Parts: sequence; structure tokens; C-alpha cells
Amino acid sequence: MNNFLAILPEVLMALLGVLILVLDPLFFRAENRRVSLGWLTAGGLTVILLVSVFTAQPAQSELAFGGMVRFDMFAFAFKMFFIFGASITALLMMDAEGLNLRPEAYVLLLAATIGMNLMAASADLVMLYLAIETTSIPLYVLAGFFTNDDKSTEAGFKYLLFGAMTSAILLYGFSLLYGAAGTTSLEGLKTLFAAPSLFSVAALLLVLVGFGFKVSVVPFHFWAPDVYEGAPTPVAGFLSTASKAAGFAVLLRFFLTVFPQTAGQWQYTLAVISILTMTIGNLVALAQKNIKRLLAYSSIAHAGYALVGVLAASRLGVSSAVFYMMAYILTNLAAFAIVGAASKTVGSDDLRAYDGFSRRSPYLALAMLVAFLSLAGMPPFGGFVAKLLVFAAAMEKGWTGVVLAGVINSIVGVYYYLTTLKYVYLYRTEAQDEEQHPVPVSRPFALALTVLIAGVILFGTLFAPWFDLTVKAAASLF
Amino acid sequence: MQFPLLSVIVFTPLVAALLILLMKPERKTEVRVAALAAASFALLLSIWAFISYDQTAAGYQFVEKYDWLPLLGISYHVGVDGMSTPLVLLTGVVMFTGVLISWGVDDRPREFFAFLFLLAGGVFGVFVSLDLFMLFFFYEIAVFPMYLLIAIWGWKVTREYAAMKLTIYLFLGSVFALVGALAMYWVNYQNTGILTFDMLQLEKAGFSSQFQYLWFMPVFMGFAILGGIFPFHNWSPDGHVAAPTAVSMFHAGVLMKLGGFAALRVGVMLLPEGAKQWAWLIFGLAMVNVVYGAFIAMIQTDLKYVIGFSSVSHMGLVMLGISTLTPEGLTGAGLQMFSHGVMTALFFASVGMIYDRAHTRMIPELGGMVKALPWVAIAFTIGGLVGMGMPGFSGFVAEFPIFMGVWKTQWLAAVIASISIVVTAAYILIAVRRVFFGEMPAQFEGHMTPISPLDKIALVTLVLLMTGLGMFPNLMAPMISLGVQNILRLLGGA
Repeated sequence: MNNFLAILPEVLMALLGVLILVLDPLFFRAENRRVSLGWLTAGGLTVILLVSVFTAQPAQSELAFGGMVRFDMFAFAFKMFFIFGASITALLMMDAEGLNLRPEAYVLLLAATIGMNLMAASADLVMLYLAIETTSIPLYVLAGFFTNDDKSTEAGFKYLLFGAMTSAILLYGFSLLYGAAGTTSLEGLKTLFAAPSLFSVAALLLVLVGFGFKVSVVPFHFWAPDVYEGAPTPVAGFLSTASKAAGFAVLLRFFLTVFPQTAGQWQYTLAVISILTMTIGNLVALAQKNIKRLLAYSSIAHAGYALVGVLAASRLGVSSAVFYMMAYILTNLAAFAIVGAASKTVGSDDLRAYDGFSRRSPYLALAMLVAFLSLAGMPPFGGFVAKLLVFAAAMEKGWTGVVLAGVINSIVGVYYYLTTLKYVYLYRTEAQDEEQHPVPVSRPFALALTVLIAGVILFGTLFAPWFDLTVKAAASLF
Repeated sequence: MQFPLLSVIVFTPLVAALLILLMKPERKTEVRVAALAAASFALLLSIWAFISYDQTAAGYQFVEKYDWLPLLGISYHVGVDGMSTPLVLLTGVVMFTGVLISWGVDDRPREFFAFLFLLAGGVFGVFVSLDLFMLFFFYEIAVFPMYLLIAIWGWKVTREYAAMKLTIYLFLGSVFALVGALAMYWVNYQNTGILTFDMLQLEKAGFSSQFQYLWFMPVFMGFAILGGIFPFHNWSPDGHVAAPTAVSMFHAGVLMKLGGFAALRVGVMLLPEGAKQWAWLIFGLAMVNVVYGAFIAMIQTDLKYVIGFSSVSHMGLVMLGISTLTPEGLTGAGLQMFSHGVMTALFFASVGMIYDRAHTRMIPELGGMVKALPWVAIAFTIGGLVGMGMPGFSGFVAEFPIFMGVWKTQWLAAVIASISIVVTAAYILIAVRRVFFGEMPAQFEGHMTPISPLDKIALVTLVLLMTGLGMFPNLMAPMISLGVQNILRLLGGA
């Protein structure tokens, strides 16, 4: 049974992309092209989001299109957040010089989002690989979109090289898995790992390299800081949130489908990776002087925290990891949004450039406070609940050591997030009249930021409906 | 449906913080008036809670319970007992006087009061919560504004260092306690099959003594760090000194009580077996606090450090009282939390008033302040008498039962601890003599403007509370002993 609803959002997004490419040369005039393109993309995505929520919710888990994709709440929940993230990113792109007049940038954003949606839904190795590539290739282009800017070009190229390399390793792993199991469906791999052999474990490690790259865990994280630093800021925000969350969707679905529901070696592997990722991400973040690099290392560390939920491999573990990713998407998008807006006025991404920021723009500074405190895991913001949930999930299964490593790491995090806020709130600029020039705030930016900050607070206070959603999502994997 | 008194108390400062942030930054007077209005409202409500707490009924009162995340057994559950009601009142008092004292804050007062109220809301939240998740939720809300308040408005010399040190210490404590709380949560689930963070349920979880032995220290110490327990006390004097006046008042007056209270509520009440097994260690550490803190206070030359270390010493008495696990000790600890909160708020308020005018806090550079600032001199001296435990003041009412409890546990310790009273008397009298009496140095002539009426209201409020409680201990002692009975019930009638 080919349930068309399973790919409704993706089809609609593809149509939206075509619409943009058709409307742009025909109707959009130069003077309002920026406004037309941005609002069309963001508005279109919002409509798609609403249409999907009201019509395309899966009733139960089912396979569609010859077992290529799975139509379940897990995929659905992730899809909605990717579309949301893309819509916010489209709004933020409207303020990015060099991106905002180019229809192809918006279409690439849509293409990447289609890929992420399929990543969350794929139930077959072939589909999975295609989805990962559909996500990555538009993002390589977007990261290197400023062809006149050396850093952006470097970012795009570096991302491409790392991506191509890991993708080759991933594909090799997939081919070994296929050779051993004789099937490409994830369900079919179950029998292979019921009695794991050295061969299948080796294949698994290769696959883990590919996934590890997508979610940027140690030791596959080296690309992240350089790419985030060089890429256009809205793109970096999208990369660090939606793209990472898509990686987690794949990771969760793959491991929980392939492995029987018992503790296994893979959990110990993930535990080691998680501890390393948290520790290295946080420690290196301490030394950063550039705010985009700081956020890059912090995003590496956050992948480590989310892994704590994954390795619990329980219902609570999965729902907490999903919750973590959702809260993280909201928070980190907000952080990158503010950085993007601020750097245009303060002139650099250096931490020192944020001196006197709270006097310059009190409300933006406040939004930054909210975003950074949420990243640090403070209530009443989403980050606190998310951290608490993943730690609770790991404690249930007796991973006390990992939890201790996690909580100690979150203290290291507190240090550098607060240090950043010190620049914002405490220090003064040398030229104090600069403080009289607030950072200009455009309407789409204000809308995007308000939605994100409201979301961060909502996830931290009235978290029950969101958690219920993630519980439903997790239930479809068990 | 009854009026949701506690919720209104908790949310008054939080809502006020939001509203204040929406005001225009340049309208400083309006911001201050709004802050004062909110603080007065919260104070009135907390007085109402204190008066209308029904002592014949005892137990938890003004209880409200709503589901927050039913799937995991997280609820919004508030209620106060005899132990926490006085602390709610204390928070109201310190919030009110803190706003009065901070009238002169001129650098971004909007943000200052907003963060201060966020802190106050967090503190109220911890004192009234009966749900472990909620307790942590508000606990962290109470801690992080401290960083901003100290780092932004603090004493320029040490503020960045002190603010970060304080934050890291407190979070380190809280995350260990959090891990312990999660362990309790899951073990309770194994034992009873109920997923709940509700502390009244967790009391009945029947944790094995091995479990309690293992987790008591992380949980108790995690919170006790905020109470300034030795050897994790040294964030506290640095923090006090670097903080602006109102924040010092909050910090020493209320926030350290938060540590003592949470250590009692979560550590002792949920893990009573563990408390019995580890009482000797807490007892020993608290002894060090009491005696060592007093001696260190003696050799300080910075007046604010004197008060800072006196807090370490006095909070040690609270911990000492708790660690005796006797009715006398626990009642004394409860009284001491209140008494010390008021006293130390008064001390910091006085020091702040002196520093604002003299621009120094070094005791050798000061002198003769009694002529210029008679109100401050009288208030500080009365605070000093409370600190020494003079009969007729709240300090005596609080310390006497603690020493009785200690005597029952280990008479020699009571003798040693009482040395601290002598030392306390010494450093307080030295400070009073050098700062307020003698010749006033010439450079202060003409700078010593009288304190404002608002400052006087604040000082008088605090002084009246201390003398009132000293003269009429029955205003509070019976209520606290009701709370203590509940704790003793959990300890198995020890």
C-alpha cells in the first residue's frame, strides 16, 4: 500500500521549490525581490507545516513505497521540526546580504530539508543513503555560497571533502551490511545482529563513522568549527540544528531497529563517544574567542548530551533524545540568529565585539541571555528540561558514570556561556558612542526571534504537550 | 476553591520581573516604584501566610497540586510547613528591604530589579515546593541571576572572579544533588511502581540503608555547599564582598538558607537513614565552620569580609543544629536560619550605607561613624548583639536550643563550639568600636550625608524583627517545632 501521505510534506516542498523558481523570473521585481522570496519560502513552509499537521499525521506505523520509507510518528515529529527550522532559517536568510536576492539559495534550503525529512523516515539502506546525500549536497553549496569570500569558500569546500569522505565510508559499510544480510531493509538487518560476527561489527563501525560525521561527534567533529565560522550565519545555524537533528533521527532509528532491545556493545561504544564528545567539545569551547566557533564547539558538546539519551535505548531515552534535539533546534537557531544580526552591526564575530551589547540593544541582549542560558541548561528554559530528561533516562538504565560525566560537563558549559554573557552585559566598548547605535532589527528577524524565544520558554515551562509528542514518536520505534 | 496564596507569592516577583523588563530603561523612577510595589505586595502576602498558618492543624498547608508532566510524575506541588513558613516570611522581608536599599542603583536599574526579582521568585519557589523536580527548577532559577547581579553591579575589583567562583561552586553542588535525586526517583519506581518526584511520596519510598548511605552525602553536601559548609565555604565570603548591597543581603540572608533548607528537606527528610549514618561527619564539618569561621572573621580588616566569615560561622551553627538530629538542635537550626537571615541582611545593609559614603570598607581607615550615621551605628550594634547571641535578641533564642542539642549529642563539642561565641563577641565589638567610635578621619568630613528615609525604614524593619523575636520567641518557635516534629517522625522518633 503506497500511502501518499507518507511523503506529502516532501512533495509539497518540492512544489514550493518549483514555484519559487517559476515565480522569481516572471513576477518578482528587483526592488522587492528580497521580501517576496523570503516570505514566499517561509510562508510556504509554514503552510506546509500546518497542512501536514492537520492532514498527514500517521495513525500507526507502516511501511510505504516498497519498504523505502516508514510512515510513523517518529518521522513525523522530526519532519515537522525540520520544516519549522527551515522556515525560520528562510526568515533569517532575508537579512543575509548575498543570499537574500538569490532564489537558488532558498531552493537549496528546501532541497536540504526534503533530504532531512527522508532521512528521518527511511527504512532502507538505499533510501537512507540517498536521503543523506540529498541533505548534504545542497548544504555544501550553501556553506560555500559566498564565492567571493575566502572563508565561505573554504567552509564549503572543507565540508564537501569531509562529507564526501565519510559518505564513501558509510556507503562501504552499507555494502558490507548488504553483503552479510542479503537485504537492504533495516528490518532485515535485525537477524544479522541477533548473532553479531566480527564482520558485521566492522561494517557497523564504518556506518557509525558516517553517522558520527552528520551529528558531529568526536572524533568526526573537525569540520564543524571551520564550516560554521565560514558559512553564512543562517546556514551555519541550520547546519548546527536541523542537520544535526536529522543525523540523530537516523542514529536512533538505525540502532533501535537493527539491534534487539537489550544492552549491547554498541551502547558502550556510544557511551565512550558521548563522554569524549561532551568533554572535548566543552573544553575546547573554553578557549574560543570567536563566537561562531564557540557555538560550534558547544554544538559538538550538545551532540554528546543527546547521545546520553540515545544510549539509554529505552522509551524514555529515545523520547528524551528527541526532546533534547527539539529544544536544541529552537535554542541554537536563536543563538545563531542573534549572532548573525549582531555581527552586521558590530562588525565581527569576535567575542570582544560584543562589549556593551546590552546597552546597545537591551532586548536583543536579553534574547541572547535566554538562548545562552538555555544552552547552559538553566530553567525556566528548554535546555534545562532537555538535559534533565536525558540524564534521567540514563539513570534509569544505570549509566551513572555517564550521567556524572554529563553533569560535570554541563558546569564547564556554564562557564563559557556565562563568560560570553559577561561581554554582553558587563564590558563597555572603547568608543562609548557606539553604544548609542542599536542593532537594526528587521521585521522577519523580529518574528523569527520572537517565535524561537517563546519556544525556548515554552519548552522549559509548559513542556508536557511537547514531551507527549516525543513519547508518541519514541513509541513507534518499539 | 481556596485562594492560591503560595502560587501568588512565587509568581509575584517573576511576573514583576517580566513587567519591569517591558518598561522603558530611561524611566528609572517608575522602575523603582514598580519594584517597590511588587516587593511590598510579596511581603504582605508572606506575612499573611505566616499569620494564617494554622498551628493547631500543623502539617503542610496552603497546598496546591497540579499536574505538570504526568507521564513522568512531575507535578506543580506547593505547600509550607512549620519549617518553611518562617523562611517564606524571611524572603519577603529581605526582598522588601533589599528594594529599599537599592533605590540608589543607577546603572540599568531595570535589569537590576528584574534579575533580583527572578532570584526572589526562585527562592520563594524552593521554599514552598513539595516536588523534587520543581525544587531543582526553582533552585537553579535562584542561582544564575546571582552571577549577573554580582558580575554587573558588584564591586569592581573582584566581581568577575567572585561571581564565576560562586556560580561554579553552586552548580557543582546542585548537579551532584540532582544525580542523587534521579537515583532516588528510579529506586522509588523500583520499590513502589510509582513514577513520581513528589517528595511526600518519596518519603515513603523505603530506600535501603545501603542506598541511603551511598547517596546521602552527594545530596546533602550538594545543597549544603550553598549553605556554606566547610570545606566548600570559600565562595561565600568572596561572593558577599563582591556583590552589591541588596544582593549581599539576598545572598547571605536568604540564599544560604536555601542551601540549609534544601539539605534538610531533600537530604535529611528523604534519606533519614543516611542522615543518621553520616551525622558525625556533618557534625564535624559544621564544628569547623563555627569555630574556624569565627577566628577567620576576627583577623579580617575589610568590614564586609568580617560579615562574610561571620555568616560562615553562623551558618555552621545551622548545620550543627541539623546534624544533631535532636528536637532542640533542629528547632534551633530553624530559628537560626530566620534570625541569621535578618541579622546578616541588616549587617550588609549597614556596611553598604557606610561604603556608599566613605568609599572604603577597611576597618582601620574608618572611625567615628556614630556621629554622622547614628541610625546605621545603632542598627549595626543591635545586629552585633544578635550575632553574639545576647539574651533578648533573636540570636539567643536560636543559638540556645542548638547548644542544648549539641550538648546532648557530645558535651565536649558544645564547649568547643561555645568558644565561637566569645570570638564572635570579640570581632563584633572590635568592629563596632573601630568603625563607629573614636575619631572620624578628616577626609570623610562633609561626605557623610545622612541616610535616606527609605534606608531608615529598611533598618527599622529588620531591627524590629530581631528584637521582636528575641522578646517573644513564641511568635515563631512553636511553629518551627511543628516542622521539626515532622522531621523527627521521618527519622523514626529519634
